[in-house]
Amino acid sequence: MELVNIFIRSAFIENMVLAYFLGMCSFLAVSKSVKTATGLGLAVVFMLSVTAPLNWLINNYLLVKGSFAWISPALAEVDLTFLQFILFIAVIASMVQLLEMIMERFFPPLYSALGIFLPLITVNCAILGGSLFMIERQLSLDESVVYGVGSGFGFLLAIVALAAIREKLRYSNVPAPLRGLGIAFIITGLMGLAFMSFAGITL
Amino acid sequence: MKVIRGLLDQAKPHFTKGGKLEKFHYAYDAFETFLFVPGETTTEGTHIKDGIDLKRTMFTVVVALLPCLLFGIWNVGHQHYAATGEFAALSSGFVEKLLFGLLVVLPMLAVSYGVGLTIEFAFAIFRDHPVNEGFLVSGILIPLIMPPTVPLWMIGLATAFAVVIGKEAFGGTGMNILNVALVARVFLFFAYPPYMAGDAVWVAGDPSRFVDGYSGATPLAVAYSGGLTALDQSYSLENLFWGVIPGSIGETSVVAIGLGALLLIVTGIGSWRIMGSVIAGAAATALLFQVTGIQPYSGVPPHYHLLMGSVLFAAVFMATDPATAAQTQPGKYVYGLLIGITGMIIRVLNPAYPEGWMLAILLLNVFAPLIDHWFISANMKRRNARALQ
Repeated sequence: MELVNIFIRSAFIENMVLAYFLGMCSFLAVSKSVKTATGLGLAVVFMLSVTAPLNWLINNYLLVKGSFAWISPALAEVDLTFLQFILFIAVIASMVQLLEMIMERFFPPLYSALGIFLPLITVNCAILGGSLFMIERQLSLDESVVYGVGSGFGFLLAIVALAAIREKLRYSNVPAPLRGLGIAFIITGLMGLAFMSFAGITL
Repeated sequence: MKVIRGLLDQAKPHFTKGGKLEKFHYAYDAFETFLFVPGETTTEGTHIKDGIDLKRTMFTVVVALLPCLLFGIWNVGHQHYAATGEFAALSSGFVEKLLFGLLVVLPMLAVSYGVGLTIEFAFAIFRDHPVNEGFLVSGILIPLIMPPTVPLWMIGLATAFAVVIGKEAFGGTGMNILNVALVARVFLFFAYPPYMAGDAVWVAGDPSRFVDGYSGATPLAVAYSGGLTALDQSYSLENLFWGVIPGSIGETSVVAIGLGALLLIVTGIGSWRIMGSVIAGAAATALLFQVTGIQPYSGVPPHYHLLMGSVLFAAVFMATDPATAAQTQPGKYVYGLLIGITGMIIRVLNPAYPEGWMLAILLLNVFAPLIDHWFISANMKRRNARALQ
């Protein structure tokens, strides 16, 4: 039951994009068509669900104070948590490399459609944010897997919904200065309003 | 009528091409076509069976809203005089109640129409497009979904926000992705929560004149804390049905909403698919909550849930907004059911909000294009497969 709660919390109540406004760059840039948005969304789901537990393992077995105590008692005082950022980013970057290779091999059209935004997942703050929130909330290993999948799913849901709206908006007479990113920002704000419906639900 | 026609004809040359006020010709057109049937007819053969246009559609919705408006006006007065104890009985003081209600509701209507239409006309003139009739409905919906205690300047502010950000930024009538009236309400809800949260007294008038011990709690607030037993003590099923309860102006009476729904369904303007599936989704979720015995609203059966709060008003007038709802026929069922389910979940399980329909509809407005996208691409896939056989 606790795991279901974490999933629902991370996907809806604390949605990465619409509650924390993380990962905005790819959210706004790759949401022009539902197809590519789904591809990027799934890539983010994959990244979050892999990097969150990986980073959990690294943090708990290499970084936190006392993780080397089993080698010799002299090392019990070593605290490497200041390396968190750099190690997390390294893990994320190498996973993105892997993902890129898989995509290039198996989904070449999607690979070319995502273009620069696939390698840019490396610096997508939603993914680093996922790892950091997981540490901050002191989740256990299985909880961190669910947390990663949940927040990835929230991102997928948000970006696909935005893409469908923007596809529909192609037929609208949006004022010229707002066309493109301007209206996308307004839609994101309004979507955030709608997602407020989950704020406050305590499970 | 002849006088008006004469005035319009006199002014016409100024607005036509080359006239002094050419820039404002869409504003002139809007007034002319609002008052008279347009004079132009098609010269070649057409295939139109029925000349229904946006103006007639919108006007039908306004007519469908009139029962709610009229009942709301009386109910505002009734709740006030019941609270002060002057005309506590239903039958007494009909004229006083009506007058009091008019004094509360008419200024709200005037502010909402005044602010909204001013912005609408300004955009039409500066962006050089015809004035659309969309605001006729939003302008009457906005006061109907406000509590009678809300200050007028707030209505003006919310209307301006909704029309500019919710509608004109997207290109005007029919292009908006979120229901305009609900954007106005949700803006006030998050910007001025003390006025909108529903734990304050929603009865118009000076609270110091109310009789001692008058709580004014809405049925939702009573049922939330006390469940069915407390609800039965404060409000009878009959009152909930007829709508003699405190609440937002237009949402209380099931009878008035039913009359409006009938008109919308008969004329084919409101989608019965959406109305039906919202109600079905809400009732099913409420039944589930009743059976599982969840703590807030303990033991409140589905039919009570449907009579309280704004669920029916939202299902009939808000969810069916053709610009923001799902457009595909099967998509409408999904859209409606999901509104019913989320709305009931927010009402019962989310302690932050007393009522869920506003947010549930906005949420599904966001997802409606996605639902349509799924059904359209599924349909394309099926047809492709058939063609390639």
